[in-house]
Amino acid sequence: MLKSPPVTTMGSSLALKGIGDGLLVTVPDGDWHVVWPSLLQAIDERADFFRGARLVLQVADRDLGAAELGGLRDELQEREVALAAILSSSAGTRSAGANLGLALEIPRPELGEDGEREPVRFELEGDQAVLIERTLRSGQKVRHPGHVVVLGDVNPGAEVIAGGNVVVWGKLRGVVHAGATGNERSVVCALDLTPTQLRIGSHISVSPERKGNPRPEKAYVKDGNLVAEAWKTS
Amino acid sequence: MGAKVVTVTSGKGGVGKTTTTANIAAALAAAGHRVVCIDADIGLRNLDLVMGLENRIVYDLVDVVEGRCKLRQAMIKDKRVPNLYLIPAAQTRDKTAISPEDMIEVTAQLRRDNDWILIDSPAGIEGGFRNALAPADIVLIVTNPEVSAVRDADRIIGLVEAEEKDPPKLILNRVKPDMVRRGEMLKAEDVLEVLAIELIGVVPEDEQVLTASNRGTPLALDGRSRAGRAFQAIARRLMGEQVPLEEFAAEDGFLRRLSRKVRTGGQPA
Repeated sequence: MLKSPPVTTMGSSLALKGIGDGLLVTVPDGDWHVVWPSLLQAIDERADFFRGARLVLQVADRDLGAAELGGLRDELQEREVALAAILSSSAGTRSAGANLGLALEIPRPELGEDGEREPVRFELEGDQAVLIERTLRSGQKVRHPGHVVVLGDVNPGAEVIAGGNVVVWGKLRGVVHAGATGNERSVVCALDLTPTQLRIGSHISVSPERKGNPRPEKAYVKDGNLVAEAWKTS
Repeated sequence: MGAKVVTVTSGKGGVGKTTTTANIAAALAAAGHRVVCIDADIGLRNLDLVMGLENRIVYDLVDVVEGRCKLRQAMIKDKRVPNLYLIPAAQTRDKTAISPEDMIEVTAQLRRDNDWILIDSPAGIEGGFRNALAPADIVLIVTNPEVSAVRDADRIIGLVEAEEKDPPKLILNRVKPDMVRRGEMLKAEDVLEVLAIELIGVVPEDEQVLTASNRGTPLALDGRSRAGRAFQAIARRLMGEQVPLEEFAAEDGFLRRLSRKVRTGGQPA
């Protein structure tokens, strides 16, 4: 089991966990008018990761009206983030959420006996991979909580975001993020590994100018640094 | 069987879509085919200017769609080439004035009596582009040998593929062989490596294109300019002829190399 630590890449922290194909955000305590903007800021700082995501908000016993929830949903929508569900023990919040058509539970329930959410699981088994049998072109994006295998190229402007490993049987030129939910042991492999930007977990790197012919490479985190090395068959 | 609908698009603006549409249309018509051009850039019409027909516009595409005139009434006959017609865009409306279904309906009516319907798509990836793409049998993507234009072309190719159309064909416009030779411009190989679609033509940069566009006389009607010959060659390839690129650029080592990359395929079914 892999834990997803709070994402703290750029200042504002955010309690974030992956659930199925969505993301669970726990809204911290405090004045809503302070908490909400800082949450939006935290999302903005990770716009790439959140874009296209389905969000489940855990607001505990906070009492939110339809106007607040609606405004929140609209602000998320502007960021291409879908508000899928709102988790709250407040009757007012639940009824406002229901009126807006939001789910009031995690879409695929993972509730324990006492109503506590169980720790999020990311058991990255072999069958939790998605196979993409075409070239990903500019503007196309794949997000998957497990592994991603692309039979084709990942062109500049395309993006692959995976909770696990990314394998590209072709040229990897776009942006790739492996271990996007915090697994720093993820790897990225490609026949030609020259991504615009390569991320594993919280590590970010850009490709150096390539010398010589393309060769299959594997990128991973070694001693806290992103390294790429030639694929060895041994 | 009827006409083939060819949509000319690019994603990025200013790469030469309208000029390309006008020139290929003129070349097809000059070869004796019956051709109708449709300017799908509602609100920013230009094709009439490039074809030199602005002063003949009475009705436009939106008038047809909204039933204010018969299709026939909106078709402006070209003043030089017989069998070439233009359906202009409305200048005072925007892309929401027509829908993809409207475009399919209008082209369905035109297919019977024509050989080619060329649609000049607006730039971008929104409604106007969707309108222009909807009826297409063949999609031609115009790009320039520069990184931003290629990136946008790639985006468009992805959208065309998502519509389950045949893979689009590429026109590389405004190539400057001198700059390519000096390594200062993307090579066709570089562009094709990313886009990985069939190259149907390479058009060299040619100052005469601008003067011709301003005068409203498509260059392809006059075989003396290099760009005009390149557009003619594209038209012939669309008609199913095998036209090697050497024909118009034999003096050019770069273009000769590149011509190996061109598969001059026949007319798609």
